[in-house]
Amino acid sequence: MRYLPLTQEEKAEMLQILGVDEVEELFDDIPEGIRLREELDLPGALSEAELVRHFAELAGQNKNLKEVVSFLGAGSYDHLVPALIKHIVGRGEFLTAYTPYQPEITQGVLQSIFEYQTLICELTGMEASNASMYDGASALAEAALMACAATRRELVVLPSTLHPEWRNVVRLYLESQDVSIVDLPYDQASGIVNPQALEGIPWPDAACVVVQQPNFFGLLENVAPFRDVVKKHGGLLVMAVDPISLSLLKSPGELGADIVVGDGQSLGNAMGFGGPSLGFFATSGSKLIRRMPGRVVGETVDSEGTRGYVLTLQTREQHIRREKATSNICSNQALNALTAAVYLSVMGKEGFRDVGYQSLQKAHYLQEQLLSMEGLSAPFSAPFFREFVLKAAVDWEDINLRLMEQGFVGGLPLARFGLPELVLFSVTEARTKEEMDHFVDLLRGLIA
Amino acid sequence: MTMNKTVPLIFERSAPGRRGYRLPDLDVPAVPVGDLIPQDFLREEPPALPEVSELEVVRHYTQLSRRNHGVDVGFYPLGSCTMKYNPRVHEDVTSLPGLAAIHPYQPEETVQGALELMYNLGQYLAVISGLSATTLQPAAGAHGELTGLMVIKAYHAKRNENHRREMIIPDSAHGTNPASCAMVGYKVVEVPSDERGGVDVAALKALVGPNTAGLMLTNPNTLGLFDENICEIADIVHDAGGLLYYDGANANAIMGIARPGDMGFDVVHFNLHKTFSTPHGGGGPGAGPIVVSQELAPFLPGPVVEKQGDRYRFVTPEHSIGRVRSFYGNFLVYARAYAYIRSHGPEGLKQVSETAVLHANYMMQRLKDVYHLPYDRTCMHEFVLSGVWQKEHGVRTLDIAKRLSDYGFHAPTVYFPMVVEEAIMIEPTETEPKSTLDQFIDVMKRIAEEAQEDPELLTTAPHRTPVKRLDEARAARHPVLRWEKP
Ligand SMILES: Cc1ncc(COP(=O)(O)O)c(C=O)c1O
Repeated sequence: MRYLPLTQEEKAEMLQILGVDEVEELFDDIPEGIRLREELDLPGALSEAELVRHFAELAGQNKNLKEVVSFLGAGSYDHLVPALIKHIVGRGEFLTAYTPYQPEITQGVLQSIFEYQTLICELTGMEASNASMYDGASALAEAALMACAATRRELVVLPSTLHPEWRNVVRLYLESQDVSIVDLPYDQASGIVNPQALEGIPWPDAACVVVQQPNFFGLLENVAPFRDVVKKHGGLLVMAVDPISLSLLKSPGELGADIVVGDGQSLGNAMGFGGPSLGFFATSGSKLIRRMPGRVVGETVDSEGTRGYVLTLQTREQHIRREKATSNICSNQALNALTAAVYLSVMGKEGFRDVGYQSLQKAHYLQEQLLSMEGLSAPFSAPFFREFVLKAAVDWEDINLRLMEQGFVGGLPLARFGLPELVLFSVTEARTKEEMDHFVDLLRGLIA
Repeated sequence: MTMNKTVPLIFERSAPGRRGYRLPDLDVPAVPVGDLIPQDFLREEPPALPEVSELEVVRHYTQLSRRNHGVDVGFYPLGSCTMKYNPRVHEDVTSLPGLAAIHPYQPEETVQGALELMYNLGQYLAVISGLSATTLQPAAGAHGELTGLMVIKAYHAKRNENHRREMIIPDSAHGTNPASCAMVGYKVVEVPSDERGGVDVAALKALVGPNTAGLMLTNPNTLGLFDENICEIADIVHDAGGLLYYDGANANAIMGIARPGDMGFDVVHFNLHKTFSTPHGGGGPGAGPIVVSQELAPFLPGPVVEKQGDRYRFVTPEHSIGRVRSFYGNFLVYARAYAYIRSHGPEGLKQVSETAVLHANYMMQRLKDVYHLPYDRTCMHEFVLSGVWQKEHGVRTLDIAKRLSDYGFHAPTVYFPMVVEEAIMIEPTETEPKSTLDQFIDVMKRIAEEAQEDPELLTTAPHRTPVKRLDEARAARHPVLRWEKP
């Protein structure tokens, strides 16, 4: 086997030291009845060259978004990724390390996480961030649970404009701990939560209200009414945000959020069929900070007074607190968090603002072009960032397949989420005017 | 080459107006932002990100990387973590645009290759575990535990046995096991270990009952020992109406040798970042798929991939619990595990486990005269020593761990499992050459001598690292969790 360096002589030497004749004997503790006496039913070994060919075949059966132009978003976005990222993140010292349990020889990862935490605080306007969660949806679920623990309440208020898959994850996590959920319906005309829906909620029982900003339809929710009512009754404001939108939008900290989460895929991570990405998780105030799930890195000094970094506040965590831990998370998404940190660093203050600005401009350009088309309408009136919903009485799935023949993937048909006729378009800075104009022409032909 | 004690933070390299990356010029008509989004929503200043050049970014992270130990840098015998070699070809094949640049909501017809990979990987993991149906959604081992427990809970609920809320866990279990139980509202019932390090069968018999939801077990367990009584244990739990959960963190010992399904387990999670060599990435991303019995398959999170003729499609299992994350899990991570299985084949995987076990036993044999070995019996892929002999000289396991850094090694896992005092858990893996194992053994012996002759050398270690021993208590007492502009 090509990764096993043990030679026959070395093996013989080891066996001799152990006083056994065969490796087989080392497995004598396994009862004979459960010893596998046949070969695993798996395909035979491939050489490196064969493996590369096999993967080329598999990958070749997929239409990739380097060869077709896409307007899909809904949680996974086609943003530009600076070339240096893969070179940095691919360095073996980062790639092949584990959680930095021995800080003196893992300062590289620890400092990069400390910087990542600072970057997330800058974006969100919060005081502290953890080192990452699995993804945005599970981060939101943990945020809701944290709100319940912090307020000792067992009710969570969820907007119906939350990404349906995130809602599904949150529901499962909450139900597992017997936490109840109340839904806030959205206003059919604006596409955002109707402030009137906030009435009639048993707020004194609510641990938190969640706001997704922009919401699943790409629209901007009015956060203030949520904040005012939940805080008045001692609950928390939890925001799930799109990090790219924070280049332009007021930070959740400024809006009064208590816990902020989101998915960091768009910060330099590949779409990768949905993973891996990272969830980010930030909060403020020492009471809430000490309830955060997951790893946290803090600054300290060494025995000579030199600045250094360590994993800290570990008494929250499973390896110490076991069933009393604030979460069960152990491995997180460190390399994706590193990716996000490198992305935000190289983009910098101006570059990052440009990403948001151009995405906003291009999304509005495409919307305007599409709306000039007969048969397409905008069902919702609230302002949007870089995603928008259109409506037409056509079979969007079918249209997408036909667009694919011409090198395009259209928007996401929302019929899969029970909203027929609606389609969600996402536009990033990576799209060009030429691509969009061509797309509009094609679509006109297909819809007519 | 000298290394500075500290590397400035990226923020400390920033200079106003400096730029690292430029977008193409905007090619659509620019509209004032305030016309598109009401002013009320907008921030006055963009976030204060660093302003640095591309070269500064590259240097910064290169300098940081040089202060980090990884498998590529040197031996990393971190028990329970399986720090084996991560083949570089996996990085290449999973960055093909046909895998890395596909969107999770593309029409199924346009991602058949991805679905095929998912389907086949699910089948392979079923074969390796001796169970039936797989979900690839969980993002790590602990996430797999959570998912598996949710499935078990749904199964009991479906049978109107929702009162089964007690999960039995050995005292040697990993912290994620009880923490995952708490996340599904299960009460943790601890079963002690017997004198051979396995589950105390008599105690287990006394603990099971009408409220038993099941038992979570790592086998080989966290002491690196195979529990010989596993079949009896399985019967006891099953007879009481409970299910068996297999924490697959230690699966590197058993591939092609024994299968959790045959041992009586109903749910298994694998840590693909351990056994199947996907890089640990400084703490993730990993992947923690679970495989379950036929009976539990209808409860798995959806969607799962189904094969119909020669097409693949997503379906949601009949009584699916729902989702544990968005999309389909850490696709590009488990694609590496798929590559690992394909390049090893059945024979290769078995050889991996045999070699891992041989290496561990060899090291244990050569170290047990110098360090206390609490369970002196054949181990599997790892073994646990105790630093109690060294403690007599005022040296703790932590000091031994720190001293190892001076010799260029990463420390073993320490203070886990908790059933061993001053635990030192060593997992060499199969990919290390014998010469490295021998060097490590020699260094461990030398450190044992140092502990007798010059304890202070250890208690003040490390001495040759860029920073000296870091004050963790201070970090926790006065948390500084972000950089602040001076
Ligand atoms: C025995 C055991 N179980 C579970 C886990 C949790 O796995 P993960 O870190 O992938 O969540 C670990 C991780 O170290 C482990 O060693």
